Amino acid sequence: MLSLIKTMWLVFLHSFSRRETTQYPDEMPYYPPRWRGRIVLTRDPDGEERCVACNLCAVACPVACISLQATEDEHGRRYPDFFRINFSRCIFCGYCEEACPTYAIQLTPDFEVSEYRRKNLVYEKEDLLISGPGKYPGYNFYRVAGLAIKGKGKGEAECEEPPVDPHSLLP
Amino acid sequence: MNETLGTLLIIAFVILGVLHVAPGLIWLERRLLALWQDRYGPNRVGPFGLFQVLADAIKMFFKEDWIPPFADKATFILAPCIINVTALTAFAVIPFAPGWSVVDMSVGLLFFLAMSSLGVYSVTLAGWASNNKYSLLGGLRASAQMLGYEVFMGLSLMGVVLMSGTFNLAKIVEAQQNTIWYCVPQFLGMMLFLIAGIAETHRLPFDLPEAEAELIAGFHSEYSSMKFGMFFIGEYIGITLISCLMTVLYFGGWDGPTFGISEGLALKLVQFGWFAAKTFVFLCLFILLRASFCRPRYDQLIAFGWKIMLPLSLANLLITGAALLALE
Repeated sequence: MLSLIKTMWLVFLHSFSRRETTQYPDEMPYYPPRWRGRIVLTRDPDGEERCVACNLCAVACPVACISLQATEDEHGRRYPDFFRINFSRCIFCGYCEEACPTYAIQLTPDFEVSEYRRKNLVYEKEDLLISGPGKYPGYNFYRVAGLAIKGKGKGEAECEEPPVDPHSLLP
Repeated sequence: MNETLGTLLIIAFVILGVLHVAPGLIWLERRLLALWQDRYGPNRVGPFGLFQVLADAIKMFFKEDWIPPFADKATFILAPCIINVTALTAFAVIPFAPGWSVVDMSVGLLFFLAMSSLGVYSVTLAGWASNNKYSLLGGLRASAQMLGYEVFMGLSLMGVVLMSGTFNLAKIVEAQQNTIWYCVPQFLGMMLFLIAGIAETHRLPFDLPEAEAELIAGFHSEYSSMKFGMFFIGEYIGITLISCLMTVLYFGGWDGPTFGISEGLALKLVQFGWFAAKTFVFLCLFILLRASFCRPRYDQLIAFGWKIMLPLSLANLLITGAALLALE
């Protein structure tokens, strides 16, 4: 009998405790930056696409929701002709992000990926590309890679020596 | 003529009031349960979510009103009406303020007991007419539970009757005004009546007839649309009724400080305010009980009624009678 009254009292005391509900659309919950949500394609600090269309993300994807076609511009810089992620299949595992050698593909804390039509969940490159560098602000793949592209010749990358002419080393 | 008009006004006031209190209670219950479970409850539709009930009612009206082909049609339709009719009729004898009752019946308390007993038919017939074994089990449980709890509900009230010497509810309140609120001398009787009242309205923890975990809503599993709604409303009217009676019988009804107002309509309104405030506390208590307890097993429930509550109510009657005789 006493335990019943104690139960009622303890339940009543909950009138004064904080409510656990987050009033979602009015009050956005906090998600940490590394939370795995909607996928984006980022650009390097110069505003160029980071993606080099190496297909590693598409290979790593366990549900095969990424498809892309590689192409290159007149200076030999590779980029995807199209880049398509089917979010109705995506399981947000983050393997694509881990596989990416250029930090191009990144997962963001945005979880509001819902549509009335299933077809609208297929995101094309223009839907995926964002204007900034995402989680890695300073990184620019072509500035640290040895490949020559427009505006950067051989040996002009960061921490790179100019190329050595092997013939000049001959005795 | 004037008197008839007054009675008609009170009748309209009671019916409309009670029929508005019941949906209001649904909202209150959902908000309070949420509060005690650290949630918010319905707070989107209208101010504080008040229109949620309206939205639910509209939804319920537009649902398909389906009578299963295997059901006993006439009884199936009759059952949800009974619970509303009996619960609303029982309100006729409740004195809300001096002179504010539909009928000033000299056997008001007995009338209430009669009406609440008739209410059992609703549940039992619903279970029977549904022609469904879960519903039948629910109806069966309801009738067994009511039988057990009705007995000591009546007996627990006899303490009050002994002390006040009348079955008239208004006179019982006046008797309390002259002496002391009966919650003090009749504390045991009050507890017994409260428990019987919970069982009577088959609310948690005594909601065995509709135990959704084992009986799939019991007696009203076959009911849809507004027929289900009427059971729902009937249950809340029942809670309001029991709360009103707790106020009238044990907590002095309209008795309370009147802040220097001594006559006219203002006094009545203040007294009615006291009555409403006390009733509201009991309504909240009903909801708190639901938030706190889990339901007992069926045999525990029945054994509790017959083996503990019945002897206790008899003892209460005996002690009250002996004390009154000794004081004379």
